[in-house]
Amino acid sequence: MKANLISGRTIQQGRAIEGYKHTDEYTRAAGIVEIDPEDMKKLKIYTGTVVKVSTEFGSVNVRAVLSSNYPHPGLIFIPMGPWANAIINTDTTSVGMPAFKGVPSVLKPVPEEKVLSATELMRNLKK
Amino acid sequence: MTESSTRKVTDVTCPFCGSLCDDIEVDVENNQIKTVYNACTIGTTKFMTANEADQRFTKPMIRKDGVLVPISWDKAIEEAAKILRKADRPLLYGFSSTSTEAQNYGFQIAEELGAVLDQTASVCHGPSVVAIQDTGYSGATLGEIKSRANVIVYWGSNPSAAHPRHMSRYSMFVRGFFRDKGAKDRTLIVVDPRNTDAAKLADYYIPVEQGKDYELVAAMRAALRGVDIPATVAGIPKEKILEVLEIMKKAYFGVLFFGMGLTQTFGRHRNIDIAINLVRELNSVSKWIISPMRGHYNVTGAGTVWSWQTGYPFAIDFARGYPRYNPGEYAANDVLRNGEADAALIVASDPGAHFPAVSVKHLAKIPLIAVDCHQTPTTELANLVLPASIVGIETEGTAYRMDHVPIHLRKVRDAPGECLSDVEILKRIFNKVKELPA
Repeated sequence: MKANLISGRTIQQGRAIEGYKHTDEYTRAAGIVEIDPEDMKKLKIYTGTVVKVSTEFGSVNVRAVLSSNYPHPGLIFIPMGPWANAIINTDTTSVGMPAFKGVPSVLKPVPEEKVLSATELMRNLKK
Repeated sequence: MTESSTRKVTDVTCPFCGSLCDDIEVDVENNQIKTVYNACTIGTTKFMTANEADQRFTKPMIRKDGVLVPISWDKAIEEAAKILRKADRPLLYGFSSTSTEAQNYGFQIAEELGAVLDQTASVCHGPSVVAIQDTGYSGATLGEIKSRANVIVYWGSNPSAAHPRHMSRYSMFVRGFFRDKGAKDRTLIVVDPRNTDAAKLADYYIPVEQGKDYELVAAMRAALRGVDIPATVAGIPKEKILEVLEIMKKAYFGVLFFGMGLTQTFGRHRNIDIAINLVRELNSVSKWIISPMRGHYNVTGAGTVWSWQTGYPFAIDFARGYPRYNPGEYAANDVLRNGEADAALIVASDPGAHFPAVSVKHLAKIPLIAVDCHQTPTTELANLVLPASIVGIETEGTAYRMDHVPIHLRKVRDAPGECLSDVEILKRIFNKVKELPA
């Protein structure tokens, strides 16, 4: 499924960054993608299904979550953090700011795959 | 038998977001934070996780064979200074979650080294600062807004996620001097591509098409001048746009709060530029101000301190011996993405988590010194971790609220282990760097 990706704050992500970035709490808070209910139906998945979100810049596995901020069909939201940042647009358009919001993406359910922790994501970037 | 006494500390300022709530109270027992009163869930978490357990760094650490091991402060400072001196193009970044006193040292070290100096605004409200430099702005303090504003707009901003008490303390729900009925005296307008918790509270919710905010503001400006606008703009029907514009025109005092929905999308600073101009033009029929929702509790301070010291708020290069400013060339993501930075001193921030992967890949390759209190993706990449005490909890300091009001942060308890304040750490690095030959 094609979608427009944005990233940003959530309360759970805000709590998790205050001392819990090395724990599962961070993965549960920011390793997710909020999907509109109608889009969830089209994808035939549930909250908790692992999906692969791919953009021109990379791909990342995150857990699908039914969005409570619907309706926003065609728009997906990954909380700010290393999962979203694996795939957002790095072009700063001459003002220093990468494109954290508004990145064309493709979603694919990958129920057999895992969601990596923030620490694992960093280890992969070190290679 | 000793009595354990619970000490209640009042007039505490919360060191989380730009709201800088200064009505917090904390119960401390045996130097542990026991209870936090009045703070939101995120602020409360920040206080509670100060209690060490396994979350805090309490000794300086150096990475040996891939693992962080403790070293002495003297060795750590010497190693940090050597790394920075040896580098041709060191990057100093972060500084938004620390005091103005520490931000001052950040500038001093960068100037001494001829380094690149940047702060978290470059991934937050940097574009807003650029727009304000281009076109000015009409602002006000949160106190004025609380007392007077009767039309509140949140545009591309979700305070329920990032500034949880903002609406209760400063804008919508609080009783103000001229708005003594609180929310009943006010109208809330939220512009957001998603129906967020803030949008659900709004009197008028505008589900703008993501990335088309510029067009919507342009249509409002045109309509304000009596020019006819298309049937639909940015996914919003003309009737709705005109309806909301009428509310804004008839405001006694209106405020446009805005956030990442404008700064991080296509157009960046131009989105804020046009929003500032809409607000300016609304002042021909009403009284309007615009106010950026600054994210961190002292990101405003970083820009303020460095502006008075260097003339520039972020993305500053000292390589030629004097400060030069160019977001797009000297912002942290620029020098990382281009592979220019060959060492990094990251203070009170977490680019590992919050920078795009291409920048983080580069950070992973270069010597990285992290000044932080908790384990983060950045400390996972760091060669050297310098454990800091938390401003507003374990060390005093000054911070600038999002509306540029400076507020003093208190010390509530002693820092754990061998933690030093950011000021002390940076002062030691600065003195050591000066000792080493250039």
